[in-house]
Amino acid sequence: MDQLLAYIPLLLRGALVTVSLAVLALILATCLGALAAAGRITGGRIARAIVTTYTTLVRGVPDLVLILLIYFGGQRAINDLGAMLGWEYVALSKYWSGVLSIGFLYGAYLAETFRGAYRTIPRGQIEGAYALGMRPVPTLLRVSLPQFIRFALPGYANVWQVLVKSTAVVSVIGLEDLVGLANDAGKSVREPFIFFSFVLVMYLVITYVSTTFFEAMERRYALKGRHP
Amino acid sequence: MKWDLVLENWELFANGVWMTLQLTLLALAIGFCIALPCGLARARRVPILNRAIVAYVYLFRGTPLLVQLYLVYYGLSQFDVVRDSFAWPILREAYWCALITFALNSGAYATEIIRGAVETTPEGEIEAGLALGLTKFQVTRLVLLPSALRRALPQYGNEVVFMMHGSVVASVITIQDILGAGRTLNAKYYVAYEGFLTAALLYMALTFVFVMAFRGLESRYLKHLDIELPKRRLLPAAMR
Repeated sequence: MDQLLAYIPLLLRGALVTVSLAVLALILATCLGALAAAGRITGGRIARAIVTTYTTLVRGVPDLVLILLIYFGGQRAINDLGAMLGWEYVALSKYWSGVLSIGFLYGAYLAETFRGAYRTIPRGQIEGAYALGMRPVPTLLRVSLPQFIRFALPGYANVWQVLVKSTAVVSVIGLEDLVGLANDAGKSVREPFIFFSFVLVMYLVITYVSTTFFEAMERRYALKGRHP
Repeated sequence: MKWDLVLENWELFANGVWMTLQLTLLALAIGFCIALPCGLARARRVPILNRAIVAYVYLFRGTPLLVQLYLVYYGLSQFDVVRDSFAWPILREAYWCALITFALNSGAYATEIIRGAVETTPEGEIEAGLALGLTKFQVTRLVLLPSALRRALPQYGNEVVFMMHGSVVASVITIQDILGAGRTLNAKYYVAYEGFLTAALLYMALTFVFVMAFRGLESRYLKHLDIELPKRRLLPAAMR
């Protein structure tokens, strides 16, 4: 137990790596998901085909496989490209490989969440706004978006919870995040059980904090009066 | 790309598929056996049990599977009690550690699925059973469970796919599942894409098989219900 106390500052820095990686991946996933959902809703045949391929294929692959493919495959691709163009050796960052893989993966899930939420907005409301003389941009911002957020939030919160847990597997490529550091430290002081228990507690804290945050958001965007 | 490497080593991948399927299906089966009583106890708010099950479900659903696996595989060996116990021959094997962890994990997710399905069973179905003179146990066995479990099918199908995807972490503790086979191939021939791409394709194929199987089950067992079946759904949209 004393060993753990000595290592807590280090592990907390690892937790910061985990959380920042998760947040950056979520931002990337949100952009990709929004783009894919927009392509699916408003795009032509080619855009729709690209989006369908992306969401279907990516959701069939486990997170760890994608991370290994992007990290090791990406490094090989950079090496080959470098050899062709005569660069110096460029090392792919573990951190950014993790952000890229997880963002790319969960973008496919968010695309589905966003598309579902958009379809739930009653058409009549948008038509009503136009009939009242509102322009497309104010209609989007003041009629569609608030409802879209309301419908998308539960699914979005769900994806975030899964995404956070997914970041644990980035430690497999040697990233010094919460899991990676606890693994190294726990084995070197021969107390892996205590160190991994601490990791579990940290993840529960992250889960708890984000649940509280998303519940507050859902209350903020709920229909007033209907859900007391 | 040297795809002939993959073809030459097809047995490696065949064994990997078998290992992944075996781990996934066994974990799901054991997990279901845990989840059935736990889900019922949760739905019925059995006094002390309810709290304990909430804690179990929260712990396993709120933390990454990889860390759970590390805790069982590396963590338990820290204690001399475990190392000296009769269970050590089992707990020192990566395979059994993975199976135990996956089963407990899947049990936690399935508990919530079953609880939800049981809680949404129409009260009238239970009352009708009791009115016909069935005992409480008979109502559970003949009315409640057949009704609840079939309505749980879509969500359980998701759980099956995610358990299969989750089982990749077994390769981290040296188990030769699909990803393990891919990593072995890459290490053996010093290639970067072939092993992982083959693994990705195999996981994708297995995902489609599971999704198709559940779609078949759903159209059979949910036919009588007046709900729109997800015809166009190719992959699980909801997450764990």
